[in-house]
Amino acid sequence: MPAKVRVQTTINGEQTEFLCEPRQSLLECLRDVLGLTGTKEGCNDGNCGACTVMLDDRVVTSCLVLGVEAEGAQITTIEGIAKGNELDPLQRSFLENAALQCGICTPGFIVAAKALLDHEPNPTEDQIRLWLANNLCRCTGYDKIIHAVQQAAAYSREARA
Amino acid sequence: MSTEQYTVVGTRPVRHDGVDKVTGRAQYGADLQMAGLLYGYVLRSPHAHARIKRIDTSKAEKFPGVKAVITAADFPPTPERMVDLGEGDTPLSYARGNVLAGAKALYRGHAIAAVAATSIHVAEEAASLIEVDYEVLPAVLTAPEAMQDGASILHEDLRTKEFGEQTGRVSNVSEHFRHTMGDIAAGFAEAEVIIEREFNTATVHQGYIEPHNATALWNNDGRVLVWCSTQGAFVVRDVTACLLDVPVSHVRVTPMEIGGGFGGKIPVYIEPVAALLSKKTGKPVKIVMSRKDVFEGTGPTPGSYMKVKVGARKDGRITAAQAYLAYEAGAYPGAMVGPGAMCVFAAYDIANVVIDGFDVVVNKPSTAAYRAPGATNAAFATETVLDEIAEKLGIDPLDLRLKNAAKEGTRRADGPKYRRVGCVEVLEAMKNHPHYSAPLGGPNRGRGVAIGFWFNVGLPSSCNISVTADGTVNLVEGSTDIGGTRTSIAMQAAEVLGIPAEAVRPTVVDTDSIGFTAVTGGSRTTFATGWAAYEAAQDVVRQMKERAAKLWETDAASVTLERGVFRSGEKSMTFAELASKIDQTGGPVVGRGAVNPKGAGGSFSGNIVDVEVDPETGKVTILRFTAVQDVGKAIHPSYVEGQMQGGSAQGIGWALNEEYYMSRDGSMMNSSLLDYRMPTALDLPMIDTVIVEVPNPGHPFGVRGVGEANIVPPPGAIANAIYRAAGVRMRRLPMNPPAIMEAIWSQRD
Amino acid sequence: MKWFDYAAPASVGEAVGLLTAHPNARLLAGGTDLLVQLRSGRKETDLVVDIKRIPELNALQYDAKAGLTLGAAVPCYRIYGDATVARHYPALAEVAALIGGTQIQGRASIGGNLCNAAPSADSVPLLIALGATCRIAGTKGTREIPVEDFCTAPGRNVLQPGELLVSLQIPAPKPNSGARYLRFIPRNEMDIAVAGAGVEVVLENGTFRSARIALASVAPTPLFVREANQALTGKPVNDSTIAAAADAARSAAKPITDMRGTADYRRHLCAVLTRRALETAIQRARESR
Repeated sequence: MPAKVRVQTTINGEQTEFLCEPRQSLLECLRDVLGLTGTKEGCNDGNCGACTVMLDDRVVTSCLVLGVEAEGAQITTIEGIAKGNELDPLQRSFLENAALQCGICTPGFIVAAKALLDHEPNPTEDQIRLWLANNLCRCTGYDKIIHAVQQAAAYSREARA
Repeated sequence: MSTEQYTVVGTRPVRHDGVDKVTGRAQYGADLQMAGLLYGYVLRSPHAHARIKRIDTSKAEKFPGVKAVITAADFPPTPERMVDLGEGDTPLSYARGNVLAGAKALYRGHAIAAVAATSIHVAEEAASLIEVDYEVLPAVLTAPEAMQDGASILHEDLRTKEFGEQTGRVSNVSEHFRHTMGDIAAGFAEAEVIIEREFNTATVHQGYIEPHNATALWNNDGRVLVWCSTQGAFVVRDVTACLLDVPVSHVRVTPMEIGGGFGGKIPVYIEPVAALLSKKTGKPVKIVMSRKDVFEGTGPTPGSYMKVKVGARKDGRITAAQAYLAYEAGAYPGAMVGPGAMCVFAAYDIANVVIDGFDVVVNKPSTAAYRAPGATNAAFATETVLDEIAEKLGIDPLDLRLKNAAKEGTRRADGPKYRRVGCVEVLEAMKNHPHYSAPLGGPNRGRGVAIGFWFNVGLPSSCNISVTADGTVNLVEGSTDIGGTRTSIAMQAAEVLGIPAEAVRPTVVDTDSIGFTAVTGGSRTTFATGWAAYEAAQDVVRQMKERAAKLWETDAASVTLERGVFRSGEKSMTFAELASKIDQTGGPVVGRGAVNPKGAGGSFSGNIVDVEVDPETGKVTILRFTAVQDVGKAIHPSYVEGQMQGGSAQGIGWALNEEYYMSRDGSMMNSSLLDYRMPTALDLPMIDTVIVEVPNPGHPFGVRGVGEANIVPPPGAIANAIYRAAGVRMRRLPMNPPAIMEAIWSQRD
Repeated sequence: MKWFDYAAPASVGEAVGLLTAHPNARLLAGGTDLLVQLRSGRKETDLVVDIKRIPELNALQYDAKAGLTLGAAVPCYRIYGDATVARHYPALAEVAALIGGTQIQGRASIGGNLCNAAPSADSVPLLIALGATCRIAGTKGTREIPVEDFCTAPGRNVLQPGELLVSLQIPAPKPNSGARYLRFIPRNEMDIAVAGAGVEVVLENGTFRSARIALASVAPTPLFVREANQALTGKPVNDSTIAAAADAARSAAKPITDMRGTADYRRHLCAVLTRRALETAIQRARESR
């Protein structure tokens, strides 16, 4: 049997090491090898965004990244969004705004929206919609998700003020 | 009832499972991990119609890492009989056939065999080594095609039932029924304007983001343990037990969190397959469908061919209505044409009606319910015909509908007479909404309206509530939570008990742990399981009153409960205070509720939509969208709004871009989320919602249900708006840019 | 997917060596096409060669004379996030922002878009219109070819065994020039182009000094409408000449009917998109130095 590859990477701030086959995607490695099941599979071809993670400060669909490509990278998953016991403003605002119904797309949306707010603290509705067009939601029609992102931006502005 | 002041009902608490869902901790079916887990992969037919002459699994079995391979031959030998799996009688061979094909492959994507191996990649690779000899047969892909004389026949044992009687005819028509009311000929004779049109709608999929998943362990004690994302754990239990020919008590189903269903996760596909693989390997087996398998191997909703004819007097009163509805069932009978026929004219009070419905098998995946199944197709037809009539008579489209609106006492052609319903209230809310009178300037823009109906169901639900000494309660129920229902159920219990919603801890449990509970579907969960919770809470209140009476040495009949405070004479105690004393007054307090309510109330809904059509490309932009719905009582308004927005978004996708694009030989060409085009955040505006509350007299809080009626009007409303924007009447779904361009060109010629 | 090995060379030479030793190897930049194709079985390989560590393939450099050097592995987000690109090549920044969506743009590269050689590739018509050239490295050294000659058939390109695309060279913008790529998709994002038109115009005293037009999704490869340049050069810039150019585009198109559109509809769109793209490009040319 061909040998697995050893990958050393940083996930949610923790140095992590795992073994994987080159054909295993980063999504598979997160979920099946490392037990980080918060990142979801919806389509496995980059079209739904449920598998969104941050890879070196870019949001990417982890189904289209190989596990071996994570070598030396900084990865943030949904499990790394809350600060210990404290929810991120986005997580709070998603709950307050009922921006989730079945919740399967929610981790992907939160990671993607966090990346937006990190570089654009005051986005317009159009900017939010464009940024999140790679994330599909079938339950909400996006309305409350957009409101939740706007409210999280407001929370963060208040916190900084 | 909606004028009552509630403390909890009607508020917007954070949902109980929310923290786990925004942190990624919530466990959906595919997240399950277990020692010794094997991975299953299903081999599917590449042909839309073929006889299966031979399956050779030997090479696959020898592939390193493979632990078992199964086919339909691995079902226990059970004699053919009729089984009732919740949707009327069906032959066992049909039920098994869709899970693992028997003698024939009936659609591309039909499950043929399955492999269990140490990794999904190994299982997939091994499956490609399974050799299948197919004798390819001609395929039929639409209802009209399948209904023709001489059409290729799917089931040699299927005989047409007509008007309730078996005709003995071999055809692809499983059933033809007819509803009649009044005198249709007289009705049309009286009409001063008659519009008759033909419509076609393509197959569309529910499009839930989470693919189907199931893990099964055929345990050493003979019990089959299943974990899956399903809309009905008890359906999975009953169907799996039936197909595997084991007693129902041998199967336990644990519902995991579920990533969307919309009706598509009611049927059972992979649970029995995983169970058989587990039996053969002695290990737990997990199967997760790929997105391609979801499109090609689960149940989309029927494509359809319809004719609708409506006659009206010049004053706008409808005198007659006739519908011909031929719905594609897919490979096995059971198209939702019955509900389509119930809904096609359901919003209107018409004396003379004839509705013909046809359940037709075609070589496509066996269809499943999709949110108000059958109604959206029918409403697309009716609402555009009525729009033409309104235009011809010079009557405002909402006024035309108001003139004929269904009311309390209106009888439908399929039989039922309405109790109190909110059709008029919905129409008035639309008429009075600022959107309806807002100016819509600019070229290529138009506004359209449509309304729709869904009957909502009751069905059985169970619930237990036990009191904790600190004044909180545990609530246990069996309705999988797809959209926040554990909270709307908890809120109803909280209202009865007089405690905050946060003081109720709802849990969705497995089939061993709660009484029978029907599916999360049919807009029934907040209605029926909420009612079960209401009953369980009343039971708790009765017992608590007895405990208070014991403490106060008085009669239980003298104890009242109001806003969470028990009183008798001068004495009073809060729920929490009394809860701390239940140990010393007799022990645990456990309330139970089990209901099978008959008083479900139908929901009317309506849309106002503004569109802009690019006359050079045919592309439609939704400028503004308003959704109105009578929900009876909104227990949690945020989640009610969410249902309305979600159903609207699905209706918009159905109207504009979604379809199974089929090749001539019956392959779905676009079985990916790239080319099966569901709306993204950039394709929709904000969706304004108006919650109308005409209480359902058949429910303690007046709940009707909200999940489904909102997907019914969008295609009709959008078609009517496109007409005003571009001057073309669309009669085919989807109304995609090339179709609209063709219509514009045809009009110019 | 079947098993494959993985290598991440640090130099062009190392990459060429790996490709020569493994004729079945596939190159990996963003992976947004390759992984999908490996999963669906459309492509097969025993070795994935990750080229993202090679410095030349990550270059993004502008020189006022030589123009823009765009490494083949540079992801879209770097392209539209670069102030120099946004200033000198706004149309290119736009194209980088419309491939897929945000997450796809975090990985996908224009070099990969070109090498994938889909007739619908969104970046190629504009590259052709801008007169870009491809720098290719192989066992015999490097060679350069015009972008319009790179794709040979659907999914096929000119790369020989052992060769890889190193970078694209886009000429410095000429004075009084403007460019634009417009595509038609049924949704507003995420879709493959049903048709697309990339144009670059150079103006002089109200006439066309040159006009390059290329189309997506209407031929087996991205289609350079060579005749348009001859037809427009020296002609005045007005509605009638723009319409003639749109017609030329429509006539040159050889579309098929497939699940994304009919041939008739695509031909029609070619004319509409060409006209609209020209209008914007002309506007940009007038506003430029």
